[in-house]
Amino acid sequence: MSPSGDFHISRRFLRVWKRNLTVYRKNWKISFLPPLLEPLFYLMAFGVGLSALVGNLPYRGSEISYIAFIAPALISINMMYNAFFETTYSSFVRMYYQKTFDAMMATPLFLDEVIIGEIVWGATKSVMATAIMQGVLSLFGLIAYPEGLLILPLSFLGGMAFGAIGMYFTAIVSHIDIFNLPVFLFITPMFLFSGTFFPLETLPLWAQRLSYLFPLTHLVETVRTLSFGRIEPSLALNVLYLTVFTVVFSPWSIIKMRRRLIK
Amino acid sequence: MDSVIEARDLRKNFGPFVAVDGISFTVSAGECFGILGPNGAGKTSTIRMIYGFSPRTAGELRVFGLEIDKGLRQIKYGIGVCQQENSLDTELTVLQNLEVFAGYFDIEPSAARRRAEDLLKFIALEQRQESPVVELSGGLMRRLMLARALINDPRLLILDEPTTGLDPQSRHQIWNRLEELRAGGLTILLTTHYMEEASRLCDRLIIMDHGRILVEGKPADLIRRHAGRDVIEVSEPTDQLRAFIASKGLAHDDLGHRLIIYCDDRDRLYADVSSRFCRQGCIMRMATLEDVFLKLTGRELRE
Repeated sequence: MSPSGDFHISRRFLRVWKRNLTVYRKNWKISFLPPLLEPLFYLMAFGVGLSALVGNLPYRGSEISYIAFIAPALISINMMYNAFFETTYSSFVRMYYQKTFDAMMATPLFLDEVIIGEIVWGATKSVMATAIMQGVLSLFGLIAYPEGLLILPLSFLGGMAFGAIGMYFTAIVSHIDIFNLPVFLFITPMFLFSGTFFPLETLPLWAQRLSYLFPLTHLVETVRTLSFGRIEPSLALNVLYLTVFTVVFSPWSIIKMRRRLIK
Repeated sequence: MDSVIEARDLRKNFGPFVAVDGISFTVSAGECFGILGPNGAGKTSTIRMIYGFSPRTAGELRVFGLEIDKGLRQIKYGIGVCQQENSLDTELTVLQNLEVFAGYFDIEPSAARRRAEDLLKFIALEQRQESPVVELSGGLMRRLMLARALINDPRLLILDEPTTGLDPQSRHQIWNRLEELRAGGLTILLTTHYMEEASRLCDRLIIMDHGRILVEGKPADLIRRHAGRDVIEVSEPTDQLRAFIASKGLAHDDLGHRLIIYCDDRDRLYADVSSRFCRQGCIMRMATLEDVFLKLTGRELRE
């Protein structure tokens, strides 16, 4: 297998996924806490604290509370974090410090399957965290159903997109501290400027256009639309963007990983 | 006899650096074959090509009679690898480590459990099967690495420096297990730079340096051929001794403060040397593989 050779991907990537699940189940109690508590913290801070200052917002011709505006963004950010941090810091630890990838490559698994298994695992974490957070937010009546049920499969797609680009960074960083760079230059701007905490329309036009390069913008738009009980044709474009993002970065991360690990 | 590994003119370059420089060897079924050499000799590069971790630069390589490029997946099912660095899943228990690994070989969970329990008995770790791996000592982790490499009941076991960094007790434990496996007919490929390990375990071995094979043969034959039967070591050799050796044309290594004479007619020469030329210490001992190794690869430090 050379860096540019054919991809070797079979169902065996599920073995890698299963391994991560086995480890996850060891400390699931701790892993469950952040998506459970985080929305509560945010609801407290924004819903009780900031909302009093902000008041209501116009959204698609109607007035909505600030908390209803940001709830879908919190879910989307949660998807991004869970997948991205899994395939960056956690995958890097497995690859670099624990030599897990080396061990797997000495079995019938190929590196390509290891990488896909890792990305799909990142997406799975996004789904699990979304389910919990969505449950909490639904208790406050912030998500409309049945349209809201589509958020769950969407969290898998979003997780794949962020998991794939996370894996791409993992393949190219020389040291774990370097992850500060993509977090600072990529994750933080998205966190702030993807229509998360204020409507995109308040930004200058050039910034609005730029923000559509961010996968998070597409994720937030989709989750927000679904949360308000709508299904619109434009969602297909958002989903398409996230799909393309995944389809580009998954094989690209594999190619970069081969360059890094196959010597 | 069936050959398990056939390498012909095998070559591995890393950019301009030649790690393996066209080596050929064959490992037969049931044989324990050793690859020895100083650091950077190309040992690990060689075995990594065999278990499909690194693509070869050139040459022919067949494992189980299959061309490595074409049959890699199938080959990988039949090999167990114990890599140089421990790569256990530290968060999981001893038993889980084996079960998870069995999954990579498509072994059914119930069969995996049985196999794992058998292996833990084999390495005398069955009492610790529920312990998290982080709590194990270095020696125990190494034993678990060995057990993990056997989870798929391999036809070929590849060990990359299996006992480096272990205390003597742990090392002997591993050796005993490996001897049992060898007696059971398992084909083993081993790299090491412990000569004692190679002498004890290997039926046949090669000594490599700078990516090339220097010698190949059975340990006892190599010792006889390259170091003779015995070795006389003289501390602080005198110039008279040097002259004596030169006049007799004896095979030797002069290290300045120490002189090593390789010889076959032990008693007379030793009596001569010790009575006439020894100021400090003068000992005679049996020649070992280490003598062969140092004679062939030189004594200067690598790295």
